[in-house]
Amino acid sequence: MQATDPRRAVEAVWRIESARLIAGLARLVQDVGLAEELAQDALVIALEQWPQTGVPPNPGGWLMSTAKHRAIDQLRRRTRYQEKLAEIGRSQETAAPEDEERHDIEDDLLRLIFTACHPVLSTEGRVALTLRLLGGLRTDEIARGLLVPEPTVAQRISRAKRTLTTRNVAFALPSPPELAERLASVLEVVYLIFNEGYTATAGDGWMRPELCAEALRLGRLLAGLAPREPEVHGLVALMEIQASRLRARTGPDGEPVLLPDQDRRRWDRLLIRRGLDALARAEELGGTLGPYALQAAIAACHARARTPDDTDWPRIATLYRVYGELFPSPVAELNRAVAVGMADGPAAGLAVVDALAATGALDTYPQLPAVRGDLLDRLGRRDEARAEFTRAASLTRNARERQLFTERAQ
Amino acid sequence: MRYLVLLKAAQPATPPPAELMEAIMQLGAEAGQAGVLLDTAGLQPSARGTRVDLVGGTITVTDGPFTEAKEMISYALYDVRAKEDAVEWAHRFMALHRDHWAGWEGTADVLEVFGN
Repeated sequence: MQATDPRRAVEAVWRIESARLIAGLARLVQDVGLAEELAQDALVIALEQWPQTGVPPNPGGWLMSTAKHRAIDQLRRRTRYQEKLAEIGRSQETAAPEDEERHDIEDDLLRLIFTACHPVLSTEGRVALTLRLLGGLRTDEIARGLLVPEPTVAQRISRAKRTLTTRNVAFALPSPPELAERLASVLEVVYLIFNEGYTATAGDGWMRPELCAEALRLGRLLAGLAPREPEVHGLVALMEIQASRLRARTGPDGEPVLLPDQDRRRWDRLLIRRGLDALARAEELGGTLGPYALQAAIAACHARARTPDDTDWPRIATLYRVYGELFPSPVAELNRAVAVGMADGPAAGLAVVDALAATGALDTYPQLPAVRGDLLDRLGRRDEARAEFTRAASLTRNARERQLFTERAQ
Repeated sequence: MRYLVLLKAAQPATPPPAELMEAIMQLGAEAGQAGVLLDTAGLQPSARGTRVDLVGGTITVTDGPFTEAKEMISYALYDVRAKEDAVEWAHRFMALHRDHWAGWEGTADVLEVFGN
């Protein structure tokens, strides 16, 4: 029998501990970039020592005290950090009771998420920094996940860290008046990561499940840290339910299979159950449902339907109308058209699509001609349908999707 | 990737110490908060279970207890990036037993779930 590779065992500890480690260090040194460097230093030492000595009984604590020692060494050499040094000394002397410590770690993790997703950063910077600091991914892993060159990711991360420093972003929780906006920024980043995996916009792959899994873990982490925020549960519900269909979304040759054609026996019942539970929590917290919880409620309609015919299309159409009123969006309107087309027939759906097409808002969006083509097809207007699918195929950047549209244009 | 961790051990003569149960709850809370623990539960002794066998074309149904020295005690379903992560969680779980229940012995099998 072969023992597990020690290096990989150390990396596993790193994946489990790194976010908490960086978060705790960032509170001490008040600098996310420096905190990450210190954590990385501790990892390097662990990679040298643990294969010989074995993983220590409390690896997280070991990494933290090693990183703190590094911090003190570094800070000693830089007198302008005297104040911070005093701070670290103090926090080491005052041994907090375990409960309080745990609470502190949770707050530190929240601070880390809010900092990594800070609105002063570019969206790309936020995504890369979140995957790096919260997900514990290496630069090359992020690059592979996002399908961009490794130097690009490295650049995004270092630029984001620099921006945090130059803009003097404090390692702190948002004040109550800015909480809603800051939380929205966090949720946006997590859902972007999920969608990057769920519908690969470019390239040959239809989806990259590992990115979805990463986003799901981030969302679940956030739900544990901010359990009173309904939209966090809404987002988790949405992602769990969407992820429950991952296995059913591709055919044997990797081609996409759309919702009505999916083999529902392949849906992941465990993720559906978790998603419905999360949606119930969002609803229990009360108030008007936010954009994620509303989308989750729509996804739940599909998840609850054992067969496509069981789908509660009138409810879905209503939910899309509510969504569109609260958060006007042409894409939501297009989805409402699909639901209306199912609830009230293709002619009613086509009327919604045509009104939407007239606005010109989705002129380059491949799903618009695809939906229109489907409705026309159901109305028996084959030639017009073919033209729409040809147009959809010419607009999409995803190779698999193009193939799907091209087939429907035959 | 999804991993099922199955804990096997001899049925103990005494219930597990309270400190162990508390530590297990804490570890489960940590893994749940990290977003990696999808599901976990303990299992009743096989004396309360039943076995359905298919041997030589014949299906037989036999009430427990099963004859194996080790029984399934609990399961945990993890969603992690690599097998080593699930192994690390299983390792921590076993360390709790070592630290809180002198003399206890058991086995945790870490198995990858197909297609996830």
